[in-house]
Amino acid sequence: MADLKISALHKYYGSVHAVRGIDLQIPEGEFTVLVGQSGCGKSTLLRTIAGLEECDQGSIEIGGKMVQHLPPRDRDIAMVFQNYALYPYMNVFDNIAFGLRSRKTPRDQIEPKVKYAANMLGIQHLLDRYPRQLSGGQLQRVAIGRAIVRNARLYLFDEPLSNLDAQLRDEMRGEIKRLHRDLGKTMIYVTHDQIEAMTMADRIVLLRDGAIEQAGAPLELFERPATKYVAGFLGSPSMNFLPGRLTGQGGTLAVRLEDGTVLALPAARAQKLGNRRDEAVILGLRPEHLNRAQPGDSRTGLARHTATIELLQPTGSRTYATFTLGGSSVVAELQAHDVTQMNQKIELSIDMNRAVLIDPGTENVL
Amino acid sequence: MSYPARDPARSTGTQGKALSKPSEGREMSSLRRRTATRQAIRFAAAVAITLIFVFPIYWLFMISFKTPDEIYSFPPKWYPGQIHFENYAVLFKDGDAITVWNSLVVAGVSTFIAMFLGTICAYSLARFRTGGEYLANWIISQRMIPPIAVVFPIFLLFVWLHLVDTYIGVIILYTAFNLPYVIWMMRGYILDIPKALEESALVDGCSRWQVIWKVVFPMCRAGLFATAIFTFVFAWNDFLFALVLTRTEATTYTVQITHYFGGQSNFWAKISAMSVLGTLPIFIAVAFMQRYLVRGMSLGAVKG
Repeated sequence: MADLKISALHKYYGSVHAVRGIDLQIPEGEFTVLVGQSGCGKSTLLRTIAGLEECDQGSIEIGGKMVQHLPPRDRDIAMVFQNYALYPYMNVFDNIAFGLRSRKTPRDQIEPKVKYAANMLGIQHLLDRYPRQLSGGQLQRVAIGRAIVRNARLYLFDEPLSNLDAQLRDEMRGEIKRLHRDLGKTMIYVTHDQIEAMTMADRIVLLRDGAIEQAGAPLELFERPATKYVAGFLGSPSMNFLPGRLTGQGGTLAVRLEDGTVLALPAARAQKLGNRRDEAVILGLRPEHLNRAQPGDSRTGLARHTATIELLQPTGSRTYATFTLGGSSVVAELQAHDVTQMNQKIELSIDMNRAVLIDPGTENVL
Repeated sequence: MSYPARDPARSTGTQGKALSKPSEGREMSSLRRRTATRQAIRFAAAVAITLIFVFPIYWLFMISFKTPDEIYSFPPKWYPGQIHFENYAVLFKDGDAITVWNSLVVAGVSTFIAMFLGTICAYSLARFRTGGEYLANWIISQRMIPPIAVVFPIFLLFVWLHLVDTYIGVIILYTAFNLPYVIWMMRGYILDIPKALEESALVDGCSRWQVIWKVVFPMCRAGLFATAIFTFVFAWNDFLFALVLTRTEATTYTVQITHYFGGQSNFWAKISAMSVLGTLPIFIAVAFMQRYLVRGMSLGAVKG
């Protein structure tokens, strides 16, 4: 049974249609990440699940129980907010115990539960401190502690790591993932950061303009995106998009780019496409699928292209090299030693097995 | 870590910095002298201004402890030869001191009611945008009505309702007149509270009333105190409404003081003693709540 079931959910802010007919089922114990650009409706959806926003149409079921008309306190949920939402006039212990006291938990049960949650998060030594005395990471742990102490059915996280620095964010990502493993509860996590989505999720739900663009396992969205938007959203640096046209070449299909460059498609791929000669297409290439050509590399599906490097962005072990292909600027992710200076000519192999072909009209992946 | 060798022949100025010329040392001394002079002038000005503002209160207290001879003596006696409490004893003996109690009751109760109702209303305006965008502005505009313009219609209404010279009548009036101020101020303080705090409490199991009690009130405690003090002071110091709407039973101390101004002479001793009795509660309240007052006044810019 789905732990959370959303059916035809609509939410309006005046004339703005913030959530458009979302259908979503999340099984028990799954870590689902709602990801998308700012304004795509992910936080609105989360807040509607929580009951902090009213849903205008549709239904929400948590554990088989219709909850869309219930106040937040009756939905058996716990929530972690972006700005921690800790009460500054209470110490850490009282902040964590707040929910238990609000629900009239017997006094003798409160202290052991709070201490258990604090131990789990490594903040047992901070129970007497006040929020103003804590660092960002500690504040977030207290906020998480306040959620987990309630033993709710569903946990909601609204961009909890946005206010942390990069290093702390990496550390807390691991903590939250570990917490999910230890607790085994259903968690819904909202973020605009695709790295958080990819590393943390059992399932990603990518939202765009209030609707679900694609939902699935992280690698599924990454390797088999359904639309151009999904293909471009996931991956850093993002996918390169080259307009072109399908053309016949040697009995198979190839992509002719705007500058005349022809890149042959693997036979198996071409067969699946059927007879689409002369159809306009957008070729999507991930930077990591553009590598320095190795002599003697005879794998099928590799196209070769000689590029003149226009820009280099070294990151240490990898270098992002920009060059022109098909009249467009393209970024390749190369090994640091593959290219060391601008204007260097380099022969690249393009893995056409992993290339994505997109219909320019519908922006769906072929 | 090694440091470069110091040249003992070079003189040093402030913070151990080496000065390249003796004239720089003279400039620094001159700058310090000018700064000290400016600070001395500022201090003297502050003392003078404080004396000007504090002197009437000091004089009021002194008169209340003087005998009639000392009050009317010239040149004036800056302090009484002996502290006399007869002026206060007379007020209690004659029953006039009860007016201070009347003021305490009407100001205190009206403040409490105005704060409770006003804060609830302010919460509704702040969080639910009740009444639209401009209701808050309309509400505060009611506070700008000159009391003299409405006191007589109110008097006629109170006569009809049998509320003249009653505690409840004055309380209702003070509450009504102070509500717009309370609503306006508390709305600003509530808008400054992060919504996430309330939302977190809602998720954690609180009803909306519990959120107001457990989150909103503690979060804007300084604002609550500051607003309450000003509301109390407005009611405490009111004269016009008390003059028109009270007679003998609910007379406030502000009205009682005017009874000591006679056609032939004024009872300065009673005036000053009653004034001190009327001022003391405010002094005590502000002294105890000063930190909330300062914090409350500096927090929470009023939002439109």
